[in-house]
Amino acid sequence: MGVGIEVTNLNAWYGTNHTLQDINLNIPANQVTALIGPSGCGKSTFVRCLNRMHETNPIARVTGTVRIGDLDIYNDTTPVEIRRRVGMVFQRPNPFPTMSIYDNVSAGLKLNGYSNRRSLDEVVEKSLKNSALWDEVKDDLKKKSGASLSGGQQQRLCIARALAVDPEVLLMDEPASALDPVSTSKIEDLIFQLKSQYTIVIVTHNMQQAARVAEKTGFFLNGRMVEFDSTHKIFTNPSDKRTEDYITGRFG
Amino acid sequence: MQSEFKLRATFRGLVDKAATILAVLSTVLVILPLVAIFIYLIFKGASSLNLDFFIKNPVPVGETGGGMANAIVGSVTLLALASLIGVPIGIGGGVYLAEFGRGTKLANAVRFTADVLNGVPSIVMGLAAYALIVVPQHHFSAFAGGIALGIMMIPTICRTTEEMLLMVPHAVREAALGLGVPNWRAVLSITIKTASPGIITGCMLAFARVAGETAPLIFTALGNDFWSTSLNEPIAALPLQIYVYAISPYDDWHRLAWAGALVLIVLIVLAVSLVRFVTSRGVLKGAS
Repeated sequence: MGVGIEVTNLNAWYGTNHTLQDINLNIPANQVTALIGPSGCGKSTFVRCLNRMHETNPIARVTGTVRIGDLDIYNDTTPVEIRRRVGMVFQRPNPFPTMSIYDNVSAGLKLNGYSNRRSLDEVVEKSLKNSALWDEVKDDLKKKSGASLSGGQQQRLCIARALAVDPEVLLMDEPASALDPVSTSKIEDLIFQLKSQYTIVIVTHNMQQAARVAEKTGFFLNGRMVEFDSTHKIFTNPSDKRTEDYITGRFG
Repeated sequence: MQSEFKLRATFRGLVDKAATILAVLSTVLVILPLVAIFIYLIFKGASSLNLDFFIKNPVPVGETGGGMANAIVGSVTLLALASLIGVPIGIGGGVYLAEFGRGTKLANAVRFTADVLNGVPSIVMGLAAYALIVVPQHHFSAFAGGIALGIMMIPTICRTTEEMLLMVPHAVREAALGLGVPNWRAVLSITIKTASPGIITGCMLAFARVAGETAPLIFTALGNDFWSTSLNEPIAALPLQIYVYAISPYDDWHRLAWAGALVLIVLIVLAVSLVRFVTSRGVLKGAS
């Protein structure tokens, strides 16, 4: 089951560049929350703060609190621990090129020392079914490399890989921006199915995509969150002038 | 207008042809020396190759027959010892440079030292091993030779390992970290694994380079006309034997030197092919 995310006074820096300023936000459990905004507005940085990937960059710094479920992720736990509970799907599909499809999906478990073969088989099958890839790859699980799949399939493989470690939250950083329309709609269908089990946060450049998949939408601009509300409200009757300008295409 | 367009198209076609021909010529020039050396070695050495060459030790001048069994075994011993030293240290250093020490002063110092070490003439490496190992021990040994060769392997392996690890896309590392894999585990099981074909090539380059080295062995392994597999005693090696035989005034020995050179090259090619074969098995369809 998914859990809610509570962000209080979050600030983030890259070197001296203050990329996120005083973000306060409550992301509801088991819903899809979309983050929109022009390039460089801080939305990617924001999701990377939710699983502490931000700090893998040596010049990066964060202050503020992020609670995922009842866990304060910056004080109660380690980055490694939190990343097992908060899965991430990146902009470009990034399967492990030397690994088979099976090994890609089971990588998260295997690399954490989990090796019961029979339950690994089950997890791999379940994850691939959940990511709607099972029927396309079930005959080549151990024969084909993850890199041999098409772009859209690779991205669904990456989703399966993230699901296999059984996270509570799934972060998606523009998961469909490198994909063709057919693959994109498959990913969107998938997001729709997955939200019953996970809390999903999706960064997107594509406003129609946000409108299609998300219950809630947040609009980011220049490192601040301008507006956060139900997707319907944001796209039909935004309270802030800047949000309206952005969604009507006046800038960005 | 139309004709000018046609003229340009023809010109481009010609340039394309010329470039292709140049590329093919360069390829031929790259392959030619190796092929020429190999053919010449077969021409000069193959006739002296027989079973005796592989199973007998050298005989004194004047006696016919004899072989280089001791030198073949000696070379294999020395190279195994050198690889045992050079491969782990080289790879370890490369992993440090690329993954853990990036940007630190120590890493810059290591990188600089490796580059300098790479440029040190092999005879100097032999002298160093002589001064540091042979002199205190008061005798030449296979051990000293293996260390000299092993140290020569380190910089090549270290720097190729670093380069290959840096070529692994950032996205692949992020994918591993994003799954909640600890950094050391991600480096070990993902980054190094992804870079392994390149790292293996680096090891093979270093191996092939020291396999033919004579100079560092002159003051260390010394050479041995008799059968010896002890690491603590002087040991024969193919390059040393070739050197001694080639500068001798005897026709018999010259022929054996040619045969030895042929065997040395074939052994290197075999070793490299074997490693490539073993490591290419299990590579999956579509893996890059």
